[in-house]
Amino acid sequence: MTKTIFEKTSVGRTGFTLPQNDVDAANGIPENFKRKVDANLPEVSELDVMRHFTELGAKNHSVEKGFYPLGSCTMKYNPKLNETLVRNAGFSNIHPLQPQETVQGALEILFELQQDLAEISGLPAVTLQPVAGAHGEFAGLKIMSAYHKAKENKKTKIILPDSAHGTNPASVILAGYEVVEIASNEKGMVDIEALKNAVDEETAGFMLTNPNTLGIFETQIEEIAEIIHRVDGLMYMDGANLNALLGIVKPGEIGFDIMHFNLHKTFATPHGGGGPGSGPVGVRADLEQFLPIPQISQNNGNYFLDFGHKQTSTGKIHSFYGNFAVNVRAYIYIKMLGENGMKRVSENAIINANYILKKLEKYYDIPFNEYCMHEFVASGNWQKEENGVSTFDIAKRILDKGYHAPTVYFPLIVKEAMMIEPTETESKETLDEFIEAMIEIAKEAKENPELLKTAPLNTPVKRVDDTLAVRQLNVKFKIGN
Amino acid sequence: MPYISNTDNERKQMLAEIGVDKFEKLVENIPQKFRENVKLQLGDAMSELEISRKISELANKNNAIVNSFLGAGIYDHFIPAAVDHIVLNPEFHTAYTPYQAEVSQGTLQYIYEYQTLICELTGMEISNAGMYDGATAAAEAILMAVRKTKKFRAVIAGTVNPDFIEVIKAYTEGIEIELITIPVKNGQVDLDILKTEMNDETACFLLQTPNYFGNIEDVFAIEKIVHATKKALFITAVDPISLSLLNAPSEYKADIVIGEGQALGNGMNFGGPLFGFLATNLKLSRSMPGRIVGATLDADGETAYALTLQAREQHIRRAKATSNICSNEALCCLAATVYMCLMGKDGMKKVAEQSATKAHYLANEIEKLDGFSRTFNVPFFKEFAINTPIPAKKIIEKLKVKNIFPGVAIGENMLLLAVTEKKRKCDLDELVKALAEVQND
Repeated sequence: MTKTIFEKTSVGRTGFTLPQNDVDAANGIPENFKRKVDANLPEVSELDVMRHFTELGAKNHSVEKGFYPLGSCTMKYNPKLNETLVRNAGFSNIHPLQPQETVQGALEILFELQQDLAEISGLPAVTLQPVAGAHGEFAGLKIMSAYHKAKENKKTKIILPDSAHGTNPASVILAGYEVVEIASNEKGMVDIEALKNAVDEETAGFMLTNPNTLGIFETQIEEIAEIIHRVDGLMYMDGANLNALLGIVKPGEIGFDIMHFNLHKTFATPHGGGGPGSGPVGVRADLEQFLPIPQISQNNGNYFLDFGHKQTSTGKIHSFYGNFAVNVRAYIYIKMLGENGMKRVSENAIINANYILKKLEKYYDIPFNEYCMHEFVASGNWQKEENGVSTFDIAKRILDKGYHAPTVYFPLIVKEAMMIEPTETESKETLDEFIEAMIEIAKEAKENPELLKTAPLNTPVKRVDDTLAVRQLNVKFKIGN
Repeated sequence: MPYISNTDNERKQMLAEIGVDKFEKLVENIPQKFRENVKLQLGDAMSELEISRKISELANKNNAIVNSFLGAGIYDHFIPAAVDHIVLNPEFHTAYTPYQAEVSQGTLQYIYEYQTLICELTGMEISNAGMYDGATAAAEAILMAVRKTKKFRAVIAGTVNPDFIEVIKAYTEGIEIELITIPVKNGQVDLDILKTEMNDETACFLLQTPNYFGNIEDVFAIEKIVHATKKALFITAVDPISLSLLNAPSEYKADIVIGEGQALGNGMNFGGPLFGFLATNLKLSRSMPGRIVGATLDADGETAYALTLQAREQHIRRAKATSNICSNEALCCLAATVYMCLMGKDGMKKVAEQSATKAHYLANEIEKLDGFSRTFNVPFFKEFAINTPIPAKKIIEKLKVKNIFPGVAIGENMLLLAVTEKKRKCDLDELVKALAEVQND
């Protein structure tokens, strides 16, 4: 256990230096607006701080420590070069309200990134303002809503499959629509009949992840789009799984009208333990007028913040222009890969996923066993029925073997689900070792199920009691006790 | 190929093991017409050296070395070097959201410490693990108040940052929350109108202090008005740097406290990434948006940390979640945590004190100039508005060539200036001199 930083405090110790205040003036704050009791902030040295956080870091699993097959999250390697280049003071030290002539380089990058994402998606207009996938969903649904309002369509609901990410229905509610959830068919895909039954004149649109959350390409996408477009609904693609499609198909060419990108998945920007990400949104040409303000435009090589569509825009969803520093990293990544590299990314992501699938199919139930795209969903069903161990136990045992666990219990339509996404950056040896570990765990489940139920044993802490964390809510350290 | 491990030979071996002779077989179920002729016009791949050159050329087109007084929500405070070294630790920055607690204790513990620091600064009882930015935190706070009170009317001070108000509009439009904005009176919210607008249908009042103009609002008088309204919640947006000097929001009984956290150890980065903080009292905890970390025990009875109150969140509650937020800005919160630890009790106070005194020195000096005056005669912290004798945009234009950004134009003849501890007396004097000359040029 690592003591909290608050327990490392020594009164009067400091970890900073500041110049002497060289102006002679009062602070001008009236007495009654001055703080009465000091905040109990730490008093520690720089070395105390470095040791503390280095010790904490060592308790994390990370991409650079080991394989991270967390489905839907695309935990690929994050290039070091991006971290170096983005720290240029010409980026880190510019203020969003500087005169635009003094930030031409920044605007040029954003403009080109808009274009590159448009090219990759086949959706010609892109906003970089959303800062996360769910933020992009919200922006996309606002655009959808603005479209229907402009056409005076009376629309009240959004349809989505039961395999959708949890953010999808939550975003739908925030955008002011009702959620209509339809069951998937026996192949794990959209059930066309169910969709037809759910669609009516009040359908604003359909949200779909493609490939879907089972890692399966929705082969009937053309028909789905036609059904939705027939009632003037719009097709929204959750781009969480775009890593499977780069240079293989373009969402804009297979029937989607709006999509979000997760730059922190597909375009190699670090996840940062939960952000900052970036969730740009691409739309078909006639929806450009509804994008958030401002867009980045250019005129004869002069780049500018474009508020020209202010009247039709859905407005602002972030203080400024999105997560600029994250966008710069994605820009560098795209330039480093170019057309061929981009295509190679998806091919190798797909090969890696199919390779693991093939090697594990004898040991774990694969409910929808066909060639997958960049990820697949296995199930702990066999182990549960035969050995009484759950996917939860398997996941914890995977941690013991030095890997991060797959995404578990999602999608909801697969019992005991384990969603495995290797990404293209992993080598065959790494996959072979992981496969060995998974086979070993299947064996352990048979021979020593107790081992799995008590796992993990080799991790910085043992199995964590998260119900106690709710029952005895302790969300801040009691300083001084 | 950069960042792709497998060689062509390994690829072949793997395809053989899968049981296909070529990659295309794996994607045959995608209708062929969609797969045909897909071209990506992205140009040729660039090497590390080539892209480095290109990026440095682009960065050089940005002017980052200036005497700048820009603020309006994003501030250039000092950041100790150690902050970025910790942020760059791949064990933090290449990890995912800490869903598997046993291998995420590092992230979970620093979030717990972050929450504690935010609670200490604000005086509140519970903080979440961070939001996208101050503006979205403000919007989420209003949604939270609406959820809690089941009233669909929110009152907002006209002195709140206009970017926040724009984002609030976008966030509340869909679920049809009525927004009322209270007019500005001498750079503060008009209390008489506030009194008349707070009624039993009102979910909350959102105040910013120091407000958009840098002015300190009369929080004690406002609190009385807000809490005289049945059930209404008092939301305040604060500058975290100010809180070592100004009242903790708990001292004036705020119910929800939010703000832009960038000033705590994060660079300006052209406005992103930022991060928002949101803190409140325990009785409102179940209405909060975003992740929360709690301390608990592991199977050996040792202290451990885990995500808690997850039943509010989208991955569990889906359409009934308190928010759609999934990714937040964890690494920015890490930077803030490290910053607050390094600066500590003493440093945070010095930063606030120096920012305030330097801002007041500058305001006094500018007031001595012919044609210039402070716009509002009320207390302020580190930012203030001035009336200018010639259009503000013209001043910005003229001072640009001297590498001075004198502030944000917030009116035809009005500039908003921010001062941080990074300014030296000579920087302040340089601006004063340039303003003195601006009418003569």
